[in-house]
Amino acid sequence: MDLRYTPDEIAFRDDLRKFFRSEIPLPIRRKVSEGRALAREDYVTSQRILHARGLATPNWPVAWGGQDWTPVQRYIYVEELQAAAVPQPLGFNVNMVGPVIATFGSEAQKQRFLPATANLDIWWAQGFSEPGAGSDLASLKTTAKRDGDDFILNGQKTWTTLGQYADWIFCLVRTDATVRKQQGISFILADMKTPGISVRPIITIDGGHEVNEVFFDDVRVPAENLVGELNKGWDYAKFLLSNERIGIARIGMTKERLARVKRLAQETPAGEGMVWDDPDFRRRLAWSEIELKALEITQMRVVAAQRSKASDKPDPSSSILKIKGSEIQQQSTQLLMDVAGPYAMPRPDREEEGLNLPSVGPDWADAAAPLFFNYRKVSIYGGSNEIQRNIIAKAFLGL
Amino acid sequence: MDFDLTDEQRMLADSIGRLVTDSYGDFEQRKAYRADPRGWSPANWSGYAEMGLLGLPFAEEDGGFGGGPVETMLVFEAFGRGLVVEPYLATVVLGGGLLKRAGTAAQRATLIPEIAGGGLTLAFAHQERQARHDLHDVATTARPDGTGWRLDGAKGVVLHGDTAGRLIVSARTAGARRDREGISLFLLDPATHGVTRRGYATQDGLRAAEVVLDGVLLPADALLGPEGGALPLIEWVVDEAQAAICAEALGAMEVLRDLTVDYLKQRTQFGQAIGNFQALQHRAADMLVATEQARSMAMYAAMMVQESDASARRVALSAAKALVARLADQLGKDAVQLHGGIAMTEEYKAGHYFKRLAILAGLFGDMDHHLRVVVAAGGLPEAA
Repeated sequence: MDLRYTPDEIAFRDDLRKFFRSEIPLPIRRKVSEGRALAREDYVTSQRILHARGLATPNWPVAWGGQDWTPVQRYIYVEELQAAAVPQPLGFNVNMVGPVIATFGSEAQKQRFLPATANLDIWWAQGFSEPGAGSDLASLKTTAKRDGDDFILNGQKTWTTLGQYADWIFCLVRTDATVRKQQGISFILADMKTPGISVRPIITIDGGHEVNEVFFDDVRVPAENLVGELNKGWDYAKFLLSNERIGIARIGMTKERLARVKRLAQETPAGEGMVWDDPDFRRRLAWSEIELKALEITQMRVVAAQRSKASDKPDPSSSILKIKGSEIQQQSTQLLMDVAGPYAMPRPDREEEGLNLPSVGPDWADAAAPLFFNYRKVSIYGGSNEIQRNIIAKAFLGL
Repeated sequence: MDFDLTDEQRMLADSIGRLVTDSYGDFEQRKAYRADPRGWSPANWSGYAEMGLLGLPFAEEDGGFGGGPVETMLVFEAFGRGLVVEPYLATVVLGGGLLKRAGTAAQRATLIPEIAGGGLTLAFAHQERQARHDLHDVATTARPDGTGWRLDGAKGVVLHGDTAGRLIVSARTAGARRDREGISLFLLDPATHGVTRRGYATQDGLRAAEVVLDGVLLPADALLGPEGGALPLIEWVVDEAQAAICAEALGAMEVLRDLTVDYLKQRTQFGQAIGNFQALQHRAADMLVATEQARSMAMYAAMMVQESDASARRVALSAAKALVARLADQLGKDAVQLHGGIAMTEEYKAGHYFKRLAILAGLFGDMDHHLRVVVAAGGLPEAA
């Protein structure tokens, strides 16, 4: 048992560290570090730099641009990417639809979509949640009815993250309403420019435009856009969601943020000294660091277990990583807002109105409160923490 | 990065697991051991000796098996599962840890084979009433007397001090009560004139003693390790004990979690198993999360206790202990609550696990104390 990396792993880490910090433009990384919204071009620029080096889709099959890495190398990659505040390659592309097409798609679909998906020439959106299908995703109602060589889609998706930038959307749709709800769902791809698709922004409590509603009104989609078999979409969705295990806890990112909180606390005046001199503040920060360390080791154990056995045995670790990871991410954003103090109050202007006005307070402080507000989402999305507890209780404790 | 056990470690874990199941599998057995005048079972102790557990962490040239912190972790996780009452922490980890590092070749050659063979138990008489959790707070004095030493003072809550064959006593040979310098260790026979012991049971079913040293005269060679410079050694050995405590708490937490989950499945109210109720399911799920976090921290403790930078080691061990203490407290209380009245009874074992966890949480410093250590250091050490 040894926490330390081998010399080879250290060399691998150092290469990545150098690459991320020298090649990804600093203004983009600074936005990530401060928790500000990225523009579409920021994502595209960053992902294309990564892709040119084979670093956008390491978890794909090697034939389609993946890397033949060990689990430890994959872990180091995610950690270093987050620690350097590099935007994650777009998750909808590289973790979700890409692996699904690579695994279940037709040869024609692979040729058509995978290279463009890896390079972010196509921006994908995720069409899963609906107004009436959140935690109970399988109760979704958007329908796809066969009509000659097409399917006709009707319904509504919601919480479609960054859907305003999307070129294509992958959707779960109901193709059989007569069977058990999980067995009548299919996985289908639609061009966002297709007539009948409309997008309406949802402005969230942080003032940001991150999510959208997407409406389907008699949208005609060619049948060749069906992925895999009809009515097997639920299996593909489960496969897709299980791909997220490494990185779900965002340990590298939280580490980076806590280090930033510490630095800012040391330089932000408070009374006789600095915020850092307040023992109550430091106690809360220490708890976050300690819990993060425990989570980091939990994550390393998951990685190590993946290496020693390719097991399909149910494993509570992804639920644990989700619950604790989201809690600690939320703590970190709260600590940042607390460092900002009164200067958490001024509300920054929205992206579309221009961000170049001088900040009212310290140049980082205006992003702190929106980030805190925004991060309430992390214990809700991806299966809420209560759903994770249901999973643990039922699947692992047998309750 | 590697979290696998070696084949030898896996075999060790299996053997200890079987041994603890055999000797503690039926909770009535533990009651019988506690009823022995010693408060523990000499037969079990011989069993540990036969398996090699009592010589585990000692160097092979001293008559031990050269085990490290991972082996100790495996032993204590199993002991936690069984709520083992024998004086292993006192003898092997604390006393043995001091002896193996501070002992002269002659002291080691005499005593370590005796310990490994099961013939000798030790206790570390360090705690003083005013010191609470501060290891450097030592008022007991050792003054030169002729060619030897004269010890005066009082030690409290000395784990298994009532039955130990030898005591290792800390005393000040120089400096003021709270100085880091000037603390020395002495090895003595508790039968020495001037030593009085008052043994008692502790709340978790183990034993301890108050030890009074009144003009205790010792020969020069009773000094163990460097005169006046024992504190770094004491801190190191207490860190090793802390790592062991984290592992023991983990073992006890896992058993208590499983007991609770089983109870939720068996107990029916309102015409159904109470485990059907989501309010209880979520608390049980949190118990699983807690044990996984505790397992990670027990591993962290085992790995960081080998860290050569003493201040980084101390902070890491405090971090581990602070979180394990918090998790043990939370899980212990939830286990009692989810059981309901049955866990309040002396007869049922859940309450005994709860009590042991409550004591382990505070042993060698409680959550607040260890959090203060982390806060004072400005956070966790960054791993290499």
